Amino acid sequence: MTTTDSERSWQPSASLDVMQRRAKLLYDIREFFQARDVLEVDTPVLSRAANTDANIDSLQLTEQQQDWYLHTSPEFPMKRLLASGSGDIYQVCKVFRQGEQGQLHNPEFTMLEWYRCGYSLQDLMDEVAELITQLADKDVLLDAALQLSYQDAFQTYLKIDPFESDTEQLRACATSADIADAATLQLNKDGWLDLLLSMLIVPQFPENKLVLLHHYPASQAALASLDANDPRSALRFELFINGVEIANGYDELSDADELQKRFEQDNAHRENQEKAIMPIDYALLEAQQAGLPQCAGVAMGLDRLLLLLSGATELSEVLAFDASRA
Amino acid sequence: MATYNTNEFRSGLKLLIDGDPYIIVENEFVKPGKGQAFNRVKIRNLKSGRVIDRTYKSGESVEAADVMDHDLQYLYNDGEFWYFMDPDSFEQIGASEAAVGDTIKWLKEQDMYTVLLWNGDPITVTPPNFTVLKVTDTDPGVRGDTSGGGGKPATLETGAVVRVPLFIDIDEMIKVDTRTGEYVGRAKEE
Repeated sequence: MTTTDSERSWQPSASLDVMQRRAKLLYDIREFFQARDVLEVDTPVLSRAANTDANIDSLQLTEQQQDWYLHTSPEFPMKRLLASGSGDIYQVCKVFRQGEQGQLHNPEFTMLEWYRCGYSLQDLMDEVAELITQLADKDVLLDAALQLSYQDAFQTYLKIDPFESDTEQLRACATSADIADAATLQLNKDGWLDLLLSMLIVPQFPENKLVLLHHYPASQAALASLDANDPRSALRFELFINGVEIANGYDELSDADELQKRFEQDNAHRENQEKAIMPIDYALLEAQQAGLPQCAGVAMGLDRLLLLLSGATELSEVLAFDASRA
Repeated sequence: MATYNTNEFRSGLKLLIDGDPYIIVENEFVKPGKGQAFNRVKIRNLKSGRVIDRTYKSGESVEAADVMDHDLQYLYNDGEFWYFMDPDSFEQIGASEAAVGDTIKWLKEQDMYTVLLWNGDPITVTPPNFTVLKVTDTDPGVRGDTSGGGGKPATLETGAVVRVPLFIDIDEMIKVDTRTGEYVGRAKEE
């Protein structure tokens, strides 16, 4: 960035109207969860352990000769609370991700994350739809949710099977859709799936409708459990509204050994990409060893939700001060 | 060799791609929460003016193009090159016909132009948005005709032809918008 301090505006990037809408949104969220007996919790923003996900980079700082990481979501400590017997919990907090800045990205953003014990993935998707419908109020007309499996979405919109296709078939699909540089980009299979999904499928989703895309490929399970009926897919969903990704949910993986394996795989991916290896959260592994109740959890980007509810097109319009003014 | 990482991408950044200098017109950061991040950019070739799309994996580095705008004074044309001078250093530089391009019809000796230099060589010459030029040829003025309609072509001292109102005469100074090639008004005598 070449913007100098003197060029930077002191004024907020969001209007007062939008800030009032944000306050109402937070109030309504708390009311929603209070009515459902879900406990609000507050976990540390700074952690000695970090997210190992190869596509999510943590901001790091040093204090008392110790490396600390700003959390990229409150998932790990919230799961430790669940293992300790907290029951259903939710949290609203700021999370941080390095290198994410754009029309729909800001390095710090507000996340709502909640966990429901005994819920299936379907139960949680239903609750997400109920919450959004309630929060949207009369601001936006949202049609009933469309539920679509990852495989069906690829077959419907691109006539290609995401599980059975290889990287060259996925590349050919991108090339025939005139994605610039598709012929030369070097991507692994998940990279191609991400490209096709975000550039060609999501933009075709119906407007003003909640789209719940579920059963992501097992290679993109993150911390979701795999589908026992079809281990090629994971019990993971994402919510999209008008082409914007709003939430990401899992039927939570409870097996501690499998969790450790995924952390180690993540770090191996990081090493391949010449990214720093992240310290694994052993406290979480111990908590899961002790026992995580069967649960489903979801993280939702509240700034993006506010963007949709207030008719904004850029995240800066819903942040009091976006990163360029921070 | 200077490079830019994709996280430094923004409109106006100049890149060297396939041996040509480009400027970023639009940069879109695309990233699924848990997935691969991309930068989808629209870039304009600074030599040809053509705009193309590129897709980068975020985190990649792209070579920077050593291009800079300079405000230079136009001096003369020797039949092959158009010479410009830096008014501070008095250094002179010759621009080729390709670099001068369409600006040729706005070139007036002593006036200032924006010259884009790439590795020290001019690649484009841009006139000021507004310029004042003398009418060297047009049909005789029709006095009293103040109606907006019609108009007539007028040739200016630099060779440019613009449509002017009927009352404009030869030897009058007029102000022209070089971006649209349109007559703006009579220039006041200075």
